[in-house]
Amino acid sequence: MKATRPNLLGIALGLAAAGLLGGCASTAMIRVHPWERAALSDEAMNPDRDPLGSSLADHVHVSREGSSGGRSVGGAGCGCN
Amino acid sequence: MLSRVKSIAAAALCLLATSAAAQVGPGDVFPRFEAAGFEGILPAMAGRVVLVDFWASWCAPCQASFPAYARLNGDYGPRGLVVLAVSVDQSSDACAAFVRKLSPPFPVVRDLRQKLVSDVNVPTMPSSYLLGRDGRVRFVHAGFYGERTERELRQEIELLLRESAPDK
Repeated sequence: MKATRPNLLGIALGLAAAGLLGGCASTAMIRVHPWERAALSDEAMNPDRDPLGSSLADHVHVSREGSSGGRSVGGAGCGCN
Repeated sequence: MLSRVKSIAAAALCLLATSAAAQVGPGDVFPRFEAAGFEGILPAMAGRVVLVDFWASWCAPCQASFPAYARLNGDYGPRGLVVLAVSVDQSSDACAAFVRKLSPPFPVVRDLRQKLVSDVNVPTMPSSYLLGRDGRVRFVHAGFYGERTERELRQEIELLLRESAPDK
């Protein structure tokens, strides 16, 4: 009779899957319910709440990061300005 | 090996499914309003068709929904519909300012401990529940989509109002 060896890889994969999926059920993970989103809907949470500030930040970003394409700017840039 | 992985993954999925709170849906008995400890006065609802709307002052579609609910209240209130707006605002000032601004013709209460909304586990804001005369949920509307939602609500309310009251 042939003794069967435990399949260590299978067990490891199974435990990893259980850990990943079980982690989603953990109470340690907090889900913000729809009725708890008052703070998230605040204007202060809007990244584009200040159009002037956004355009200045864009200008600096594009000037500095132009060589890598900047923000929505194609091609290389000199990084000047 | 594959079967072992599958069985463990299935067990984890079961755990995930059972840990998620159930949402109140069609056919369920709606949780008791009295147990929530509302701020505000509850209207008489026994044997009537009830439209329960969960709203918040910070929710833009909620603001858009109030005029539609006011129309429904005007059209169907005399025939036995009760519209109950349940605010989930944690700020009583924000809730009061919203009510002052829109001055709804239907009763508004505040679920100040967010108990009822948690028990119901609404899928989104706003959400409305149409209860039949027996107090069971008959229709659920997740979100408010203007004329489309109002049209659907009218059809459903007509249907529910035609049903007779349950025997006591």
